[in-house]
Amino acid sequence: MTSMTVDNSLALPEGYWTRTRKAGLIMVLLGLIAAVYLTAIVPNEPARFFLGETTAASGASFSINGKVGTLIFGLLTIACGALLILTNKRFGLYVGLGLAFFVVAALIWQIAETGGQVPLSSLSKITMEKSLPLIFGAIAGVLCERSGVVNVAIEGQLLTGAFFAALFGTMVGSQWFGLVAAAIGGALISLILAWLAIRFLVDQVVIGVVLNALALGLTGFFYEQVMREDTKSFNSPGLLPVWTVPGLSEIPIIGPALFKGTILTYAALLLVVAATVALFRTRWGLRTRAVGEHPAAADTVGIKVLGLRYVNVMIAGLVAGFGGAYFSMVTASSFTKNITGGLGFIALAAMIFGRWHPVGAFLAAIFFGFSSALSSLLQAIQSPIPSDFLAMLPYVATIFAVAGLVGRSRAPAADGKPYVKG
Amino acid sequence: MLFQHEVHIALEATLRLELRGITKRFGDLVANDDISLTVEPGEIHALLGENGAGKSTLMNVLYGLLQPDSGEILVDGKAIKIKGPGDAIAAGIGMVHQHFMLVPVFTVAENVMLGAEPAKAGFLNHAAASDLVRTVSLKYGLPLDPDAIIEDLPIGIQQRVEIVKALTRNVDLLILDEPTAVLTPQETDELLGVMRGLRDAGKSIVFITHKLREVKAVADRITVIRRGKVVGSAEPTAPESELAELMVGRSVVLEVPKQTSEPGAAVLKVSGLVVADDRRHRAVDGVDLEVRAGEVLGIAGVQGNGQTELVEAIMGLRPSLTGSVTLSGQDITGWATRRVLRAGVGYVPEDRSVDGLVKEFSLAENLVLDLYDTEPFGNRFALNPRAINEAAQGRVEEFDIRSQSEQQPVGSLSGGNQQKVIVAREMSRPLKLFIASQPTRGVDVGSIEFIHRRIVAERDVGSAVLVVSSELDEVVALADRIAVMYRGRILAVVPPNTPRETLGLLMAGITPEADS
Ligand SMILES: Nc1ncnc2c1ncn2[C@@H]1O[C@H](COP(=O)(O)OP(=O)(O)O)[C@@H](O)[C@H]1O
Ligand SMILES: [Mg+2]
Repeated sequence: MTSMTVDNSLALPEGYWTRTRKAGLIMVLLGLIAAVYLTAIVPNEPARFFLGETTAASGASFSINGKVGTLIFGLLTIACGALLILTNKRFGLYVGLGLAFFVVAALIWQIAETGGQVPLSSLSKITMEKSLPLIFGAIAGVLCERSGVVNVAIEGQLLTGAFFAALFGTMVGSQWFGLVAAAIGGALISLILAWLAIRFLVDQVVIGVVLNALALGLTGFFYEQVMREDTKSFNSPGLLPVWTVPGLSEIPIIGPALFKGTILTYAALLLVVAATVALFRTRWGLRTRAVGEHPAAADTVGIKVLGLRYVNVMIAGLVAGFGGAYFSMVTASSFTKNITGGLGFIALAAMIFGRWHPVGAFLAAIFFGFSSALSSLLQAIQSPIPSDFLAMLPYVATIFAVAGLVGRSRAPAADGKPYVKG
Repeated sequence: MLFQHEVHIALEATLRLELRGITKRFGDLVANDDISLTVEPGEIHALLGENGAGKSTLMNVLYGLLQPDSGEILVDGKAIKIKGPGDAIAAGIGMVHQHFMLVPVFTVAENVMLGAEPAKAGFLNHAAASDLVRTVSLKYGLPLDPDAIIEDLPIGIQQRVEIVKALTRNVDLLILDEPTAVLTPQETDELLGVMRGLRDAGKSIVFITHKLREVKAVADRITVIRRGKVVGSAEPTAPESELAELMVGRSVVLEVPKQTSEPGAAVLKVSGLVVADDRRHRAVDGVDLEVRAGEVLGIAGVQGNGQTELVEAIMGLRPSLTGSVTLSGQDITGWATRRVLRAGVGYVPEDRSVDGLVKEFSLAENLVLDLYDTEPFGNRFALNPRAINEAAQGRVEEFDIRSQSEQQPVGSLSGGNQQKVIVAREMSRPLKLFIASQPTRGVDVGSIEFIHRRIVAERDVGSAVLVVSSELDEVVALADRIAVMYRGRILAVVPPNTPRETLGLLMAGITPEADS
């Protein structure tokens, strides 16, 4: 009998400097910058952090001397890099930790220098808030692309959702109806995407781009023609109520971010869990992944490839549309033209960075949200670091991810390929 | 749910299949022309036919992947409608496709359960799926690890997964579409044994192949298809020559007429070549070989033993890790493909539709893909259509390329004529070395003979020729020396009159010396 698995005796030795070790080297360099350079230039002043959401003098706080802080966190970054080089394992964990330590060191440097004060709970709350639309968008992308349909239309789905939430929420006079309408709005975009992509085999990236332009044009037009004319009856859905979970929301630093938010916050967290379980533990998920990897194989065991793709594209539209309500009912209480401002593309980036996995997409969204929150913070404490620098981060990170520098970012094998029988 | 089915598998034959007047057209091409055949319960029915005869099309119709233009399918005397694979499975028909239908990133159990997942309220029951794999593989003697990932498994085992997948669906008739094409002779024998076992367990089997030896070894009845039509049926006792004649419509000359070679100086020299495949495994693991002017060196071996990577490395299509390639004494290691071609190398790639032709381009344009920027066909800035077309007319005649006009998109030609276009183009430069990978894969017999004769002619004018083929017959017919490749190494270089058995063993990695 032939052997059961390919033996790996023919596998090439990778050489000492694997990708993981190279990343470790970069971590060590970053750590050195923090521990040596930053420590040298930072003033010998304390950097003060508040645990709560405000910088009121009464709140709990701690401070750390600038020089001590940059040195400690620089050394921690070096330690992460060293572990990577020594063990050649746990790439994600140590790179994540190392980057986090480096960011903390840089933060201490800036705070000590400007004498600013940082409310940590507020930083995490803003991170969560900025991440919300990215989470919905990125998971919508995952659900769609896992079935083999490329979803570049996330931006359009978010925008249509935001528009529908404001318009129908106001007209019907119910925010809950607005949320339902938002989901339907996203699904409408999906319907066109699915129809053109699956039925007419049009290039999916092209459709996505066109749909984004269409959504921008249509919502902009109605905004100018209808909503602006009569804001009261067409464009004042109001802010969604904030629900606070007693007790849990008191947890320092992360409490307010996770347990003091609108329905969207809770829905986003639930969505991550639900999408993960659904994709990897259910019959639907197995079939979805099969259809996205090898549609002919799915077809030959009697799975309706096109039907399943329709379903998934529609679900993605519902999810992204629902998330779109964030723009007109969470951060603002009305719709304006192009209110999404390209965040749909960052969500797309988060999906790729998160390797088409719901949890990965979530973490990537949080990472991008954090860099956005950080850039607001730097502006607030009047740091000389240009905030545009941080705004660039999601794009740079995605280029790295796509170029294969950060782990292997592999799309489902049949992603973007129309399925034709025979 | 699946378990209950499993327990009830009947041990006596149950399914009688009848196809009546099946016709299937693709545009003008009649792939199946009024085909009728009957598969009796518990028999191995061989469907014999050349590449392109329409065997896969017929089975795809039976399996519901294609809808016939006319004709009916009867199971146990009742006409049934098969709209999709789901219907076929429900009717007790399973199929193992020529190109495996397995999701490479899934486990064995996931692939086996796909489409009929044991689940509770939509949640998968992985344990039940694994148990099912174990039970069925034990029952039929096809051991499998349910948790192995498909892409890590060798081809032979992947095929086993396909068979088990069909068996878990409790089918009574199993279609095997060219199952032996990817197997070593030894794996093939093993598979034939499995087929006999399944027949004894009451299954009917439709066994598709174009290899006569296998048909004779295992079939109970043989139906021969040629150009979409049933041209006859035969008993397995019929002599091979008779079957071959039925299959191709005339007696076949497997032997290519040629003189003994008079090899000159070494033209291609490969030494110590190591090449990685896409998965970063050593596909070529230290190959040394030499092809001399005026001889054909044939490389035999089961697909996937490094032949592809070896040729690609010689052609500069794939980097080599160590080792060198020289052409008439000049070191060409690491040269760009264009430079290699212009140094006097002709190259027929193994996959003509992907690497050999631009299907949307015209026949004439495809004939000058290599020389479009060279006088008289063009210069740095512009093409010269008149020269291109005139040259094309000459080539079409010389190489017997059957087409309506040289402006026709090359993709609309038949496989054999497409292949002749490539051969014509690659032989139109002055050559020192001619490399042909799978030169006649999916090509009709007429074209095979033509291409073989051209290859020998190229040798006779003094070029060195390297032929890589997974068809042992082809290598034996063409080569002056045969190098057998196994797991990235050349196991042995033997003369073409070496007994087939020895060659088969070599292809399976067994060297006679090592045994005795
Ligand atoms: N989907 C298709 N569209 C057009 N032509 C096809 C298609 N499938 C097969 N053919 C053509 O039908 C003929 C029979 O093919 P096939 O059934 O695959 O042959 P076999 O399996 O006997 O080698 C070939 O000429 C092939 O090119
Ligand atoms: Mg076939």
